[in-house]
Parts: sequence; structure tokens; C-alpha cells
Amino acid sequence: MNTDDTRLPRRTVLKWFAAAAAAMHLPDFRADAQAAPVKGYGTDPDIAKFYQPGAFWPLTFTPEQRKTATALADVILPKDDLGPAASEVRVQDYIDEWISAPYPVQQKDRDVIVPGLEWIEAESQKRFAKDFATLSGEQHRAICDDLCWAAEAKPEFKKGASFFAKFRTLAASAYYGTDAGWKALGYIGNVPLATFDGPPPEVLAKLGVEQTVK
Amino acid sequence: MPVITSSKTQPEYDVAIVGSGAGGGQMAYTLTLAGLKVVMLEAGRDYDPVMETAMFQRPEHSPLLGTGTPDKPGNFSDATIDGGWTVPGEPYTQASEKEAEQFWWWRPRMMGGRTNHWGRMSLRNGTHDFKPRSRDGLGFDWPIGYEDVEPYYTKVEMLIGVYGTNEGMENTPNSPPGVLLPAPKARAAELYMQKHAKTLGIPVIPIHRAVLTKPLDADTIPAKLHPGDARAQKIVADSMRARAACFWATDCHRGCNIKANYQSTTVHLPPAHATGNLDVVANAHAREIIIGANGKATGVLYIDKKTGREERVKAKAVVLAASSGETVRILLNSKSSAFPSGIANRSGLVGKYIMDTVGVSVSGQVPALENLPPHNEDGAGGPHSYIPWWLYQEQHAGKMNFARGYHVEFGGTRGMPGGRNPLPDDLGRGAYGTKFKEEARRYFGSMVGYTCRGEMVPNENCFAELDPQVKDKWGIPVLRWHWKWSDQELNMVAHAQKTFASIIEAMGGNVRSKPEAPIDAIDPGGKIIHEVGGALMGVDAEKSVCNGFNQTWDVKNLFLSDAAPFPSNADKNPTLTIMALAWRTGDYIIEQAKKGNL
Repeated sequence: MNTDDTRLPRRTVLKWFAAAAAAMHLPDFRADAQAAPVKGYGTDPDIAKFYQPGAFWPLTFTPEQRKTATALADVILPKDDLGPAASEVRVQDYIDEWISAPYPVQQKDRDVIVPGLEWIEAESQKRFAKDFATLSGEQHRAICDDLCWAAEAKPEFKKGASFFAKFRTLAASAYYGTDAGWKALGYIGNVPLATFDGPPPEVLAKLGVEQTVK
Repeated sequence: MPVITSSKTQPEYDVAIVGSGAGGGQMAYTLTLAGLKVVMLEAGRDYDPVMETAMFQRPEHSPLLGTGTPDKPGNFSDATIDGGWTVPGEPYTQASEKEAEQFWWWRPRMMGGRTNHWGRMSLRNGTHDFKPRSRDGLGFDWPIGYEDVEPYYTKVEMLIGVYGTNEGMENTPNSPPGVLLPAPKARAAELYMQKHAKTLGIPVIPIHRAVLTKPLDADTIPAKLHPGDARAQKIVADSMRARAACFWATDCHRGCNIKANYQSTTVHLPPAHATGNLDVVANAHAREIIIGANGKATGVLYIDKKTGREERVKAKAVVLAASSGETVRILLNSKSSAFPSGIANRSGLVGKYIMDTVGVSVSGQVPALENLPPHNEDGAGGPHSYIPWWLYQEQHAGKMNFARGYHVEFGGTRGMPGGRNPLPDDLGRGAYGTKFKEEARRYFGSMVGYTCRGEMVPNENCFAELDPQVKDKWGIPVLRWHWKWSDQELNMVAHAQKTFASIIEAMGGNVRSKPEAPIDAIDPGGKIIHEVGGALMGVDAEKSVCNGFNQTWDVKNLFLSDAAPFPSNADKNPTLTIMALAWRTGDYIIEQAKKGNL
């Protein structure tokens, strides 16, 4: 029931596949197996367990990077009527876990996120002579407005904007994977029900349809 | 008689089964309930769905928010262990460097195999599907017809529990009254699509899936499955009572610890174990079938992965149910003076005519589905509706440029978020702050996606053989894949792309997928994980590998009970047919054994 947007990108799998295929052309596969390039959670982790960020590999952020990431996540996903701020559900920890992972996709993101945090911190110092985390709302907006839409960013902010887009994607991926994020989005599932009654009458009315499964 | 180690096996069994998934599970069930002594070899480790299933974990509870990695290519919570597109130490190779000519091979290494994670789509092949060549002149007819398999479809549906409805549509068979469980209510996007697809002449009906929408009737079903056998009835009734009905939460790909959906480990293996007639050896990597001086199979040679040692089990008959690819690998590796090119391969056809399902996806966004009042649409952990193939008559009349059909599966639901950005950048248009959260909420549930599940026509260019050089970590030759789509599949893909766009537009939505040429848009061979063929059944020993009872022509006590014997790969997902044929073959084995014919 995943939509196309949720599929693992075909390119990503093709890359893993190419890597594996390259290995397979070796006459003696065991030579390659010994070279084991990646030490992740392996092919048989305990999937029924509940994990915390950092459970499988050490985290990356320095205290300064963590401060910047926390502040930026809260600018993107602030506390408001829809729910708590990103930092209250530890979005910064999930981003840190993500960029610290030993897998190819995440390592590529690490090369965007870590320099990006350094860059936005430097930008904050340049414009306001203050740490990004201590800027006012207006000052945050002054910087973020220049970065928030990569398609329309000025040439000097293109790189910052692509960092911002990646950071926003990761922050949202984490925020909306939490109970608070679900409430903010309007997702109310993942609970056992005695019956499944289908969409309620007001939804059917709004769409102009009737339930056809009796 | 439980899951045991190699050293605990009996000196001889009636039947040895390689594989514990849909085919092996059904075979073990059928044979052990009839009193035969069975040993089953599973290449992966033992697996307990009750203890090992991630039922209610949110993305925040899994590393990397549950998203796939090379170690767990589906999702962290996906019920696949020690496998996926690659298995450490067990490579396979490609004959071509070209992406479009490569085959992706999905192999879990766990008790129950792929049945733990599959989508539970349970569609019967129809009358046309068994006689495709008679209809369109392409590929091969099956040596059996729908009427041969129908009683077994019914028995399997009663045993595993399948929800759905009888719509009486062409080549989309009804089940007998009372067999199917109630279909779950359609979701909002399914109903909206049904309304608009109708204007295009495209039917949207309830899908059939192996999920219990109510408890199985343990008081009456066992007697229908095993008439006159009180012991079998009791065992099956107990097993049915141990399964709960769906509680309308969690994705079926995770498996199910309340046993509400079918997996071999919760439905087939427990009653088989309860008979006391089943030994299962886990971590047993089958290497070859042992052939006796009389030309019959005498057992299986395998590697105990825990010790690295070669071991043997002896049996009066052998059943391969290892998946099409693995079955081909084992047959080709079973070389002897009687069978220098692999056992049961006098026809030279082992490995030939491998098929997968034709897959292509198109996604869109539908404004009418924005900002709907929040409501719980988890449902039965998978689709409730689908589009069956609807253009049989047009094809029959020669009006189309591809011969076989496809059905359509689709998403478009308020499914579990997290692990991805719910607001794509092009829709968010730079939003951050509260504006971002508002826009994310607005679009949630308005994204739709359609996937083609189509029938590929078997061709000469799709086959598997032993790689002349590469061996796995136990020194066993591995498979080398050859693959090439024909215009049949590419024309189907073009049709599906156009159809999906027209449905999205009929709903007032916008297509979001970028237009792609069919050869780029089609999912790679194997990607849909419906590999079938490689040891086709037929009426002629010169032109097929086994007969209509899945019995190899060359070795009469060797049977193939996965999808390897399928002469065609109907758009209907293969699992239900694998089970129906395994039950039928099991009955045949029992009957032949009684007559002393094996």
C-alpha cells in the first residue's frame, strides 16, 4: 500500500546491486567476503526490539554541531498548535544517527549535513555575529528565507539551499515517525481495533462517494 | 518431532522436502497429516513469528527510521532475515553487464521463506491462465486445467483464510459460496478512484488477500478438509483456534504475531509439527539430490551451515520447493553418470523459461483527497481493492499490441508516516515552520500510486544456468542469470503508464512520475519477486521437465512443488497457485506411495 513516493529509490537499489554484482564477478567470492566493507546492523538484527539513536553505531555531531542542528530543526518544525518542536522529540538525534550510519546513502548525506551545519553557523556569525542557536526568530527567518527553496535560491545560496532541503527532509522524516508527529499530520492508526468500519460518513460525504463493500 | 540438528535426523524418511515456504509448507502439511514421515531442509535459521515480529514499532523505534539498507533492503521491520537481493556468501552472477538484462533474485534465509513478508495477495488463476497458448498462440499451455486445480484452490482458501468477494468477472474465478472471508470496507481513496475509474470503463473490486477478517470456523472447516480423519481434523482445528482475526493495524510485510495472516510458519508448519511426523533441519543448504543405482532419488546432500559439514538425509521420495531459482540450481548441480547435465534434465530444459511479473509504477497527487478529516485507514495491512484485468475481449479480438493481462494494485491511503518526508519539495515550495506542518497535514493522504502486475510471456532469453567459475562459500556452483524483456512486456508497460495517468487525471489529480520510456520504467526482472518457471510442466517428456502432477519425467520419485513447473506466469500472484498445486501433488504422492509406484 505504499505509494510510489515511498518506494526505495530504484537507483539506490541498483547501486547496491551493482556493488554486489561487481563482487560476484570475482572468481573467489570468499576473498571479497573477507573484505566486508560495511559494518552495519547486519542481516539478522533483532527486529522486534525498540531502539534508540546510537544503538548500532557511534554518533557524529560535536556539541556545537548538535546545537546548530537542534536550533535549525526547531525553526523548520517549531512548537505550535499542531504539536511540539522538533527538539522535543529528539529530531536532532535521529539526524545524527542517520548521518553516522555506515551505509552508502547515509554517508552521502553526511557529506552534505556536516559541512552544511558549519556553513550556516558561519553565515550566522557573518550576518549577526551570534551563534545560530541564539538568533532571534526574525534573524533565523532572514537566513532561512534565503535557503528554503532551492529552485529559487540566489546563486550564492544554492549550496546552502541544497543543504537546507536535505536537512528539512531528514528532520521531517524523523518528526513524522513519532507519536507527536503522527498527531501533527493527522495519522491516527497503529492501534488495534475490534472492527474496521471504513471511512466515516463525513469523509464519504466530502468525496461524494458511498461505501461499496457491504 | 521439532526443528532439529543434522545429527538428530532419522535413518530414513518417506519424503524429504527442500524449502519451508508456501510450497514446502503445504507439502509438509499434506503429507504429515496423512501419516507420512517427512524431513524438511531449510537453508535459513529457525524463525518464530510470535516472538520476532515488529508489530507496533514506529519509525522512531528502528535504526534509520526503519528505512531500507543493504543489510535489510525492504525495511528494518520487514520479516526478511539474512537475505534480500543479496545473501552474504551466496552470490549469483549476471551474463550481461547491461542493467536491463539483469535479474534481481530475492532470497530470505529463514523458516517460512518469503511467506513471512509477502503481500498476501491470493488470486486464483482463471481458465484462460492455464491455456494461454491455445488462446493467443504464445508460450505454453499447462497440461492441467482450471478444473484440475479448482478443488485445491478451495481447500487452500479454507485452510489459510482469504478475504474477498465473488464478482463473476471473466478469468477472475469465483470461490464456492462461504469459502471467502468478508472483504474489508474500502478506503477513501479506493472509493474515490472506483467512482472515477468507472467513467473510463475500468472496474475496481475487492482484492483477495490471505488475512483473517474474522476467525476461521474451526468447528466446520477441518471436516471439509480432512473428511473421515478425526485426528487430522483435531490437529487442524487446534491450529485454526490459535490464530486471531486481524486487529486492523500493522503492515503485513512485517509478519503477524497474532497469526492473522498466512505465513507458512503460523499456518502450515504448526499442524505439521503437531502430527509428530515432521523433522525440520534449519541452516541446511541443499547441494544436490542423491541418485541411486536404480535411477531413483534416494535423498538430499546438504551443507550444515553451522558446522560447514556435508550431511545427507535419506528418503523414498524428494520434493524440491526451494523457489524456482534454487530448485534450478539444485537440479543442475545434481550431476551423475545417469544425468551428466543435471538430474531430471534429459530434455535440457532445466533453467529455461524463467518468468517474473511485469511491474511499472506511476504516482500522482489528488487535490480532492487533501485535508480529509483524520480517520484510521490502516485496515488489513495491505490493499483492500484492486483492478482485475478488464480487456480480455479486446485482446481476444486482436485489438491490442500485447497478448496477456495485468492487474493493478494501488496505494493512496493515510498509511503510517515516518522515515520519509510527507511534503515533497515541489509541493512545499520552500515552506518551513508552521507553514510546513500545515502543508504536510494538507497533503497527507492525497498521494496515490498505481502499480502494474502483469503477465510476462516466456521467452528464450530468460534463463538461469550454472556459472562456470563462481562458487558460493561452500564451493557450490552458483546461478548465472540471463534476462531480456520482449515487446510483449514493453507494450504492456506503455499501456499501463497511459492507463494510470488517465485514472489520476479522471480523479482531477496530477501525475507526479516523470515520463519514462517503457524499457527504463519497467521494474528489473526479478524485482517483483514472482520468479516462476525454470522446470516447466508439460505433456511431453522431450519438451518439459515434469508432468501435470509436478513429477519429473526422468526421476519418478522427484517432485517440484514451488513455481518452477509453471508454464506461464499469470498476472495473478503465484503463491496461492503454488500452494494449490503442492496440495494436489501431495495427494498424488500419497496415492502413488500406497500403490507402491514411487
